[in-house]
Amino acid sequence: MKRALAIILSLVMMFSILTLAGCSKEEVKDKEVVEDTDNPEGETTPDAGAIKVGLIVPKTGQVAQYGIAVENAAKLAVAEVNAAGGINGQQVELISYDNKADAAESISVFNRLVDNDKIVALIGPVISSTSLAVGPLAEEAGIPMISPTATNLNVTVGYDYVFRACYIDPYQGGTVAKFATENLGAKKAAILYNSGDDYSTGLAEAFKATFEQAGGTITNYEGYTVDDKDFKAVLTKIKGNGPEALFVPDYYNTVGLIAGQVKEVGLDVTMLGGDGWDDVQKEYAEVMEGGFFANHYAADDPDPIVQDFITAYKGAYNGETPNALAALGYDAAKIMLAAIQTAGSTDGDAIRAAIKATDLDAVAGHITFDENGDPLKAISMIKIVAGELKLEAKVQ
Amino acid sequence: MKDFLQQIIYGINAGSIYALIALGYTMVYGIVKLINFAHGDILMMGAYFGLLAITVLGLPFPLAIVIAMLVCAAFGMIINKVAYKPLRNAPRISALITALGISMFLENYFVVQFGLEVRKMPEIAWLKGEVFIGGLSIPKVTFLIVGLSIACMIALQFIVRKTKVGKAMRAVSEDMQAAKLMGINVDKTISITFALGSALGGLGGVLYSVAYYQVEPYMGILPGLKAFVAAVLGGIGIIPGAMFGGFVMGIIENLTKGFISSSWSNAILFGILILVLLFKPSGIFGKNTREKV
Repeated sequence: MKRALAIILSLVMMFSILTLAGCSKEEVKDKEVVEDTDNPEGETTPDAGAIKVGLIVPKTGQVAQYGIAVENAAKLAVAEVNAAGGINGQQVELISYDNKADAAESISVFNRLVDNDKIVALIGPVISSTSLAVGPLAEEAGIPMISPTATNLNVTVGYDYVFRACYIDPYQGGTVAKFATENLGAKKAAILYNSGDDYSTGLAEAFKATFEQAGGTITNYEGYTVDDKDFKAVLTKIKGNGPEALFVPDYYNTVGLIAGQVKEVGLDVTMLGGDGWDDVQKEYAEVMEGGFFANHYAADDPDPIVQDFITAYKGAYNGETPNALAALGYDAAKIMLAAIQTAGSTDGDAIRAAIKATDLDAVAGHITFDENGDPLKAISMIKIVAGELKLEAKVQ
Repeated sequence: MKDFLQQIIYGINAGSIYALIALGYTMVYGIVKLINFAHGDILMMGAYFGLLAITVLGLPFPLAIVIAMLVCAAFGMIINKVAYKPLRNAPRISALITALGISMFLENYFVVQFGLEVRKMPEIAWLKGEVFIGGLSIPKVTFLIVGLSIACMIALQFIVRKTKVGKAMRAVSEDMQAAKLMGINVDKTISITFALGSALGGLGGVLYSVAYYQVEPYMGILPGLKAFVAAVLGGIGIIPGAMFGGFVMGIIENLTKGFISSSWSNAILFGILILVLLFKPSGIFGKNTREKV
């Protein structure tokens, strides 16, 4: 028994060394605080006088890349505000937690932010399902919340304190359908969506409605479950109906998997998607070539606000080009901080009113809010060319 | 008709991976009457070791397969020694619960070590692309997967039927106490069984990750469960039965996706388990054995 134990322990050790040497995993810190040290007024102790803003993002799991991008961007926005003297002389402290892209985990970290950290406002969560879970709690606690990227219709409906910095699923799905018929001249399209995901179903429904309204035919409307890895059967079925376009509203890992199998079964279509595709070009450039998706901003947009943000982000994060999630994370933080400034207090109700009255030129377009707390702004259609994202068209 | 045949080809592709995993389930069950629920996680480990061998050590793909199989075999033996051997005389349900525990341990250990992020298996250049035969497209990787799984089944049959170790396995399977009295090293035989089963699981893992590009800590659960159903369908404990069950599962799954709906495929697959258990619990290849008093 002792010998067995010794063998196991040595194996575990070997294994750990192998891992550390091979894949330097990003260390997940539980709590990170952004303070700006260059600031001359920073002498006021940050704990006593700082305005505490919470951030909930997924830093592990399927959509970890999103969470990390949003966090980096929000930190950048906070650091910029702090460097400029903070809000009405007070520094801003950003307290960030990982929700693992899980709804239950989001609720527990939200409670921790409110009860232990005493935040006055919340940025996040990132994806729709977690934002739907946190929204009602933020409403009840009177904490103004702005999700940078939750696109599901129901996230803000019926809540006064819940906002978002991105456009909503029906708008996005509809725009892609409009683009498919008007710009690509597609008459027949197939839809392949994740039937267990709010985001994916929301986009699929909107695409279907708009595409059919424009006189197009939906040849296939196929759902799949989240654990599905083999799409060859359903893609072969779609191939039989000969659509010109295939709409796949899911997140990048699944989209990459499906795109690879589209090539394997020899299905010749233009692939279309929503903002969940952002970053898919990093790992799956070859199979995604020529695909189009709706996104919040394009890095090659000549607008100076966009270019300034890109320069600042690259400077802060080793020359990395910010993705759309980063742009929205930055916008969300800027909207929230500007609202706290306008409100002139950390009172939840005053901040809420200030967000509602936002009229701001942001990275992802000029932003005002409608009565639900959803922003009104333009949508960018992006084409994937040789692993790069190119702005194809801006649709208002 | 062409579509139908095409779907069958994709079904054979998926099914041969289930078959490989089912072989591992069935071998272990045949000998120690234990359903090793950690077997799906052996698949996941195989995928990770294959990935590490290729990306970190820079080894060619065939060597990565060998390494993944060897390391998985070693882990199979260790799991047997640590978790199952002490429970050999305990009620069977204790070993079953332990198997679930080991499964959770492995998943969570890999989450801690590697994180939850999905890793991409590098593309193997000579496995890319398809071969066209009579208008049907067959992915090159399918030839490899089907060939390897059939070769493995034949090799296993040979080991079990023709070698001394195989004879010992059959003896232990029939009556552990009597085998011990006849001078058979029961512990060693069981250990070899776990090593063989886990090596197949590891092989299945590497092939699975090549076919579906991705590696993550929870990837073993669903194929593991499906392979378990395959093993039960073919008759658990019977090697050709596991193979047959795997192919049938893969084909049914793809036909469901191709002609009914993707959302239904899992429901139908697990529905088969219920039907088999209701009408022929010993499986398609199983004999109705009477308990001797």
